[in-house]
Formats: sequence, C-alpha cells, structure tokens
Amino acid sequence: MTQRIAELRAEAEAAISAAAGSAELEQLRVRYLGRKAELPNILRAIATLPPEERGPTGKAANQVRQALEGLIAQRSEQLAGGELEQQLRRDVVDVTLPGAPPQPLGRLHLLTATRREIEDVFLGLGFRIAEGPEVETVYYNFDALNHAPTHPARDRQDTFYVTDDVVLRTHTSPMQIRAMEAQPPPLYLIIPGRVYRRDNDATHTPQFHQIEGLAVDEDITLADLKGTLLAFARAIFGSDREVRLRPHFFPFTEPSVEVDVSCFMAHDSHPPAQRCRVCKDTGWVEILGSGMVDPNVFSYVAEYGYDPEKIQGFAFGMGIERIAMLKHGVPDLRLLYDNDVRFLEQFG
Amino acid sequence: MRVPVEWLYEYCAPDLPVQELATRLAMTGTEVDRIEHHGVRALEHFVVGRVLSAQQHPDADRLKVCVVDVGDGEQSQIVCGAPNVAAGQTVAVARPGSVMADGTKLKQAKLRGLESNGMILAEDELGIGSDHAGTMVLDDVLEPGSPLAGVLPLSTDVLELEITPNRPDCLGVYGVAREAHAATGARLRDAPWEQDPGTFDDSDLGVAVVVEARDLCPRFTARAFHDVTIGPSPPWLKARLMACGQRPINNVVDITNYVMLLTAQPMHAFDLDRVEGARLVVRRATKGEQVVTLDDQTRTVDGEVCLIADDAGPTSIGGVMGGNRSEVQDDTTSVLMEAASWDAANIHATSLKLGLRSEASARFEKGLAPEQALDGQAVATKLMLELTGATLVPGTIDVGSGSRPPEPAVLRLRDKRVVGLLGVAITRSQSAMHLQRLGFETAERPDGLDVTVPPWRRNDVTREADLIEEVARLHGVNDQLPTTLPRRRGAVGVLAPAQRLRRRAEDVLVGRGLHEIVGWSFDPPARDDRLRLAAGDPRRAHVVIENPMSEDGANMRTTLLGSLLDVARHNAARGQALRGIFESGRVYLARDSYTRSVTLPHEHHALGALVPGDVFAAKGYLEALLRALRVEGTFASASEPFLHPGRSAAVQIGSHPPTVVGWVGDVHPLVARDWDLAAVAAFEIDLDAVVAAARLVPEYEDLTSFPELREDIAIVVDETVPAATVLDAVRAAGGNLLAHAEVFDVYRGEQIAAGRTSLAIALTFRARDRTLTDADVAPLREKIVKRLAEQLGGELRG
Ligand SMILES: [Zn+2]
Repeated sequence: MTQRIAELRAEAEAAISAAAGSAELEQLRVRYLGRKAELPNILRAIATLPPEERGPTGKAANQVRQALEGLIAQRSEQLAGGELEQQLRRDVVDVTLPGAPPQPLGRLHLLTATRREIEDVFLGLGFRIAEGPEVETVYYNFDALNHAPTHPARDRQDTFYVTDDVVLRTHTSPMQIRAMEAQPPPLYLIIPGRVYRRDNDATHTPQFHQIEGLAVDEDITLADLKGTLLAFARAIFGSDREVRLRPHFFPFTEPSVEVDVSCFMAHDSHPPAQRCRVCKDTGWVEILGSGMVDPNVFSYVAEYGYDPEKIQGFAFGMGIERIAMLKHGVPDLRLLYDNDVRFLEQFG
Repeated sequence: MRVPVEWLYEYCAPDLPVQELATRLAMTGTEVDRIEHHGVRALEHFVVGRVLSAQQHPDADRLKVCVVDVGDGEQSQIVCGAPNVAAGQTVAVARPGSVMADGTKLKQAKLRGLESNGMILAEDELGIGSDHAGTMVLDDVLEPGSPLAGVLPLSTDVLELEITPNRPDCLGVYGVAREAHAATGARLRDAPWEQDPGTFDDSDLGVAVVVEARDLCPRFTARAFHDVTIGPSPPWLKARLMACGQRPINNVVDITNYVMLLTAQPMHAFDLDRVEGARLVVRRATKGEQVVTLDDQTRTVDGEVCLIADDAGPTSIGGVMGGNRSEVQDDTTSVLMEAASWDAANIHATSLKLGLRSEASARFEKGLAPEQALDGQAVATKLMLELTGATLVPGTIDVGSGSRPPEPAVLRLRDKRVVGLLGVAITRSQSAMHLQRLGFETAERPDGLDVTVPPWRRNDVTREADLIEEVARLHGVNDQLPTTLPRRRGAVGVLAPAQRLRRRAEDVLVGRGLHEIVGWSFDPPARDDRLRLAAGDPRRAHVVIENPMSEDGANMRTTLLGSLLDVARHNAARGQALRGIFESGRVYLARDSYTRSVTLPHEHHALGALVPGDVFAAKGYLEALLRALRVEGTFASASEPFLHPGRSAAVQIGSHPPTVVGWVGDVHPLVARDWDLAAVAAFEIDLDAVVAAARLVPEYEDLTSFPELREDIAIVVDETVPAATVLDAVRAAGGNLLAHAEVFDVYRGEQIAAGRTSLAIALTFRARDRTLTDADVAPLREKIVKRLAEQLGGELRG
C-alpha cells in the first residue's frame, strides 16, 4: 500500500508541476485529492486495513496529502501570478484617448474673474466689500461728491437720466457717501459694480464696471494711498511693478492723482520698430484715478462722525474692463460683451 | 489745448529737451497727451532766395523756369507753378532734401523735361498759412542764402495738453508758461499784458454799452479803433495760429484768436460802423428770439440766454459766438474790441441748449476771472496798433461789478496739515517756494503760511486742502513720497456671507460646465412682447431711461432671460453649439414714482441660466445650486408667459407659506423660435432672497454612531398626483424616525393600470439613540402605505 502511495505521490507531483493553468490545476486537485480520488479513499479505508498497517499507511497517506496540498497551493500561486501578468498585458489601453465620460467645464466671465481677483487683493489688505444701487440719486452720484452744478459729467449728453433726480450711476463713488452714512470711521472698503455713461465707441461702452476704494481714518496719508496701490499693482501685474503718481483733478478728491503702473510686457522681446501694445513704449500704463477725499465730501457726512478737521482718507476708482484687457491682451472692449463662447472659454 | 513750444519759450524757456519738459509738466499735473511736430523739417535746406529771371516753360503754359540766387552767388534753376512769381522777388526756397509740412521729402526733379532744384514756396507748404495761390514774397532787405528759419517760424514742437476743468487759466499759453516755470524753476518773463498802450479816460468811444443782465455779465470792457486796414496777418502770427490748429482769417480776427490763445481771455471784434444806433445792450433774450451766428446758422434761444444786441436786434450770443451782422469784413475801418466776463453756469447751460461749443464758451464755462478782461484788452490793443495801422480812440468802456473784483482770499496753510495729509516732510519754506512760483503770495505765521490767492486761481483755490494740493504736485507726489500702508486699526478684510455664497452659486454652475456671460442692463422695449409678457406683468414695470443711446436701450431689464436668449442666438448664428450659459447680475423693477425724497427702484441680484434640453436639465443645475448653498427649495407647477405652460414650475423656499423666488421650465416654443433656438430650458432666481435663506453654519449631526436603516417602496398613484404630494404624505406618516425620503424611479406602462404612475421611493430611517431594527421600522412602513392609500389612492406595487 505504501508503495502505491509513493507512486501516487510521484505521479501527482509530476502532473502538478507540469500543470499549465489554474483550470488544469483544479482538475488535478480533484483527481488526486477530491472526494472520489484514490488518496482520500485510502485514508477513509484505513480502518479496514490490518492493524499493523494502519499506522504507517495512514501516516504516509497524510504526509502525501499535505505535500500535494502544499504543492498545489504553491503551483496555484505561480500560475495566478503568471495569469495576472497576462491579464495585465491584455488590459493595455491607449492612455492618450480622452477621459470618459468627459467632464464639462464652464468658465467665469473674464470680468467676474478679474473682479474677484482684485477683490481678493484688497480683502488681503484689510478692505471689505460693499455694494450700492445702480439706479442712483443725483444727490449721491454728483452733489455729495462735490461736483459743481455745471460739471460736464452731469450733462444729459454724458449721463443717463431716469428722472431729473435719478440717474444710472456714472461711477461706483456714490457708495462712498452711503457707506460713510452707514458706519463711522475707520472705514476700509472697496465697492465693485456696474456703472453707466453715454459713450459708445471703440474704447467705451455705455455700461462698464468699476471698483472703488475708500479708506478713512484719523491718519491716512497720500503715502498710504501710494503704498496700497503699489501692493495692488504688484499683486495683479507682477511683483516687479512700480507705480507712478501724476497729479490730476477730480471733483471729490484733493489732492488728486492718476496712477500709472510700470509696463509689464517684456520690451526686448519685440523688434524696436514695433510699439509696445500696452505702454506705447512710454514704460507706463495708466490704471486708475485716486486722491485724498475732499473735505467737502466729508462735510456732507460730518454728522455721521466724519469731521473734516479730524479725519482724512483716500479714495480710488478703476475700470475692471481696463485691468482685464491690459492683463490679458484683449484688444477690443466689445469682445467682453459679445459673449462669444470661443472668447468665454479662454478665461475665468 | 495745443501749445507751440516756440511760443511757450517766449515766456518761459526751460533748458530741457521738449520730452523732458513734457514729463515735468505731466508729473506736476499738466497732462501731455502727445508731442507733435508742426511745420517743415530739415531746416538747413530752407533758405532765402532771390528770383533773377522767370521765363515761360517751353512745354507747359502754367510753369515758369526761374533762375534763383540761393546765396554765395550760387544760382539754381527752379521750375515754379505760381502765377505771381517774377524776377526781382525775394522768396522762400526749399532745396532738395527739405521735408515739407505734410511730410513729403523734396528731391531734385525734372518738370516737363527741365531740371528743377527745389521749390519756391507758398504759405501752406510751410504750414504757416492756408494760402496756396501764390508764392510768398519776402522783404527785399533779406540776403539770399540766409537761413529761412531765421526769418519765418518754420518749425516747432507742439504740446498737446489735456487741461483739467479747474484750470481755465491754462487754456492760454502764458498760463502754461507759469506752470512750466513752477515745474522747472526756469525764469518766467513778464506777462504780455504788463505794458498796456490803452488809456482809461472818460472819453466818448462813439458807442454806448448798457449791461442789463449784470448777473450774467459781471464785466464788459471795450476799446475802439479807427483807420483799421483789414488784411492778412504777418507770417509769424499766422504760423502760431496754424500751430494751434486755427485757420488764419484776417488781421483783426486773427488778433482776437491770438489774444485768446495767449491770455485765455476770449475777445470779440465788432465792426463799429455796423453797430446799429451806436449802442450795445447786454440783456436776456426774449423767449424764441433768433440770432444769426458767425457760422451762418439761425439760432432760436430762450429767456435765459444772454445776448448782445444793438438797435436792430441781437448781434451775438454773449460769451458763446458772435453774430454775422456786425462781423468784421474786408471793408471794415473801425473796430470795437470787446473783452467781457460771463457767468460760467449760464454759458455752460446756453452752450448745451444750443449744442454750440466754441473756443470762447469752452473757456467761459470754466469761470474766468474778471481781471482777465483787461489783460486781453492790453495785448489786443498792442497788436491792433502794430498790425492793422489802427489808431486807438482814447479811453476804455468798463461796465459791471467785475471791474471792482473782490479782495483776494487769504488762506492759512498749516505745516502740520501738509505733513499729516501727504505723509512726507515738507518744510514751510519749500511750501512757500512752490506757491510763489505759481503766483501766490505767502507770509509767515506761527503755524504755517498765510497765502494770498491770485485772481486767476480764485475759483479753484478756496481752502487749505487746495493749497496742499498745489504744494504736493510741485513738490512731487511721485518721487518724494514714501510708500506706506494704512495702520488699519482693527479692520479685517472678509467677504460678507452673501458675497461668499454668491461666489459659491456661480462656482457650482461653472463646475458643472456652464459658461458665465455678462449681458446688457438695457432692454429694447419690444422685448416685453417677444417674451409674451401680459399687460399687467410686473416685469413690464421698467426703469425707463429718458435719454438712452438708442430707443433699443431705453428700458432697464427686469429679467435676465433676454440677455441669455440673445447670447445663445449670437453664438448659434456663429456656428457655436449651445452650451449651458448663465448670468449673475442685477435686474431693476420700477416703483410708482420717484420724488425728491427719492424712492429708488427695486434692484436685486438675479441668477439665470439657459441650457440645452428640458425642464429637468435646468432643474438639475438649479437643485445642485440650492444644495450647495444649503437652501431647501421646493417646486410647484406654475406657468410663466415665456415658458411651456405644462413644463414649468415656480421655485419656492421656506414654508407656511413658501416664498416664490424664481421659475424654471422649458422655454416656450414660440419664444425659442423667435430667437432661432431649438429646445432650451431656463431658470432664474432672486439670488439675494435665496442667499438670505441659506444655512450659513451647519451644525454637527451624529450620523455614524447608530447606523441608518434603508428601505425602498414602490407606490402606484394616479398620474395627476405630483411626486411632491406623495413625498409630503410619506414624510407626515414616517414621523421623526424617517430621516429622508426621495423618488428614485418613475414607471408608467403595461405593468400597471392606464392613468397610473409607479413611484419608487427610497426611505431612510434613523434614530439618534439606538440602532433601529425591522421591528421599529415595519409599523412605520405600514403607516406610510396606509396613509398613501387613504389620502392619495396609492397602492403598494409588487
Ligand atoms: Zn510696454
């Protein structure tokens, strides 16, 4: 009997080692170790053997069974590894094909993206964001902002009127007054929003967007305005930028300055014959108007805690369209309002 | 304002390249738009010549062949087309290599076979006049060969300045010279009106002036001249007018323009013999009165327009434009030279009403000092005597309160205010220097300076802050200023919750593939009909613009749908397949009236989207948005005129009762067709209202300690029963343990009765304090089924 067990072992070991796949291995397992196989039968029949054979036979058969089980497990792992290898090779795909399903991607409009970018800079500088009505009173839009009764901006040629006392705001500045009425100093605010002027040509649309800034405290200086706008210019146009203040005139600031930022184009990258599209080779680009809040403006809100002898501040206003166009090289203002999908997809 | 540098340098000539001067002016507040060149270039090629002989060209009737002495005995043959050229004339010659005023470069040429070495010049070719008819004949004392530039103002740079409205004094060359002096420190020569040949005796000028409208005409001055010979102005004067962009007319008219360009004071010359009745009255017009102005237009004016009239009626619109009846003409021999002051606001209003802006009105409307009238008279008198052969009638007419101008204002400039406002140390003596250069007088006081304002700055400089501005701009707001940041006591920059949520709402849509657009706030009035709005629809209550750019932009929009449809069509017309688009912006709803106590219209921030597909496509985006903001939205079947009546809903938030905050649905097929669009769906919400309902700070809920128990049921109801009603019943029956119920499948078809719908509903049960078992849930489930059966005729399916 032990002879037979040894034969079975040799035969099974040879077959298992030669097995070419998991399926064949499973057949071998059934053939040698399955319920009806010879070796389990030998083990089940131990009791029928003469007593002196039972021990050695049982021991041998068990050893062989364990050996074969181990061998099958070992071979199985070998085979599985090989088969996985094959499977992985079969699974190869062209990874340059697009993802599926394609995930749609929308874009914020360039004006919104630019507005948020500017807002975020001033949030970082400690400013909050306020908004005001677009249909505004003449009082807030002109009177309280120290516009002389004959100031040309009041003309019906330049400003949209709803009634004699109500206009479409021509700037975001009226919210300066509303904000000061609502809250005593110190005040650090920016005011983004849509504004309207009666202009329609290559560089003007009757509706456009501005961001107003207002900082009022006891000790705000023109130097603070310069520092604030330098920080802004560097955040938006690059850390190497400088700003330049040029004296100017606005009704609601005194002194008033226009602010230029140093050109951010690489000037050596184009032949000298071609003028820089941004600065026309002057090295500077005008980006906004600003100044120290005129005492007359404070006198309109003096009762709310703005005594012109005690507090002072700066204000500035910039066009979002202009910043966006400069930064992204958009050549024509009207592209911003065409909303052509091929334009929209490029930004935001 | 065009300022020829050659003219400017007569009064202030900084030793600087023009470009550098322009920069200094710009950096001290006088903006330079550009620097232009006026006149010819390559000056070395322009010389004085003498015509030795002028003979008919053998092959051309209209050409003459001239031999010209161009100096050093050199004789040049020049073929010339001018009819008046003749031997013996002293002329201006351009030799080959010259660059003419229009930019053409002169070369040696052959004209009809004969060599021509240059040109004998006419005025217009030099840019010093408009005459092209004939050769310019020069004074015979000039030596042939001498440089022409020494004889004629051939060439100058011109500063094109943008003068801000507070500085009408800079609308004259001398005012700009003052700025150049202050900006550079270069010497300022005496003002051209320092020497006045006129007198102020009480003699009769042969004309009387009555100013009735004293409020509109604070000062009226006049001088009379006899023996005037009208003729062309000398080349130097014409050249300066041309460089300033004005066309020379005749010596008297040119003098009025020249004086204005130099002093900023507009002048007007009357033909004294054409003043009817020898009397001028300055008065308000009667309503409907007509004046024929210099430009030959008949203008009808109202009762607030100020006229100058003689016995035959109005001759001029005061301060705006003269009339043609008393205009100086070729046969004029007596001239009345007027220089007046006019009320700035009235000039502004008149000029607007008439749509008539002149060089004069552009200056008067900014407010000139009455003192400037006599400045103008002084310069004009000098030129009339020099250039027209006139004799001056002694005396000056000077009417009005403006002839006794107010005492100059004295303002205190405190040192500590200067430093405190600018943030840079400026000494008192520096402040004094800057102000003195601008014509202010200063006197030391313990805490600063007492500053006397000169008349020409009276309107502009009235407060300490105005003085600080003057000091700041000359001290250098750019180079001298440190860059510091505000101390921002306690100020924290943070988005308000509504601003944060608005960004979130936009980002949700962008993240799901929609593109944001920015539409116009303006609506064409016809759009209401195109959107099928009924007569009483609140969206017809537009804010209406009185003076729109065009009738198509007269209304302010009350919905975003118009913008969205327009953009969709714009893109479709360009072959761009419709993608989902949205806009986030204001809409405007009129109120009944706006009064002085001013009730403004209602504005809210709306968010609207237009997407391909049907109501469910639109609703999917909207639900995602509401979920992102943590707003519970509900939907109820409702119709809008521009939506498909059976495939649209009102968007509601809150309960007891819910508030409608918007709509969603298929765009009505007629509306879609009107915009050339295929099936599209849309929604619009009042984002302000939605954001106000958002849950800002979610509170922690324990969803993990005791697992939930899920169960699905399918219930069959009449197809007219809305799913929302079924869910309401389910929730009511499910009680506190039913955490969530939602429809996840809908079936209609063969397996159930006709007219019935099967809704598959996912139920989630959860308790806070224990793990639920079937024993807990089974009764609830039964209760739900029972309730559906009783209330809605629902039956459990399968
Ligand atoms: Zn550049």
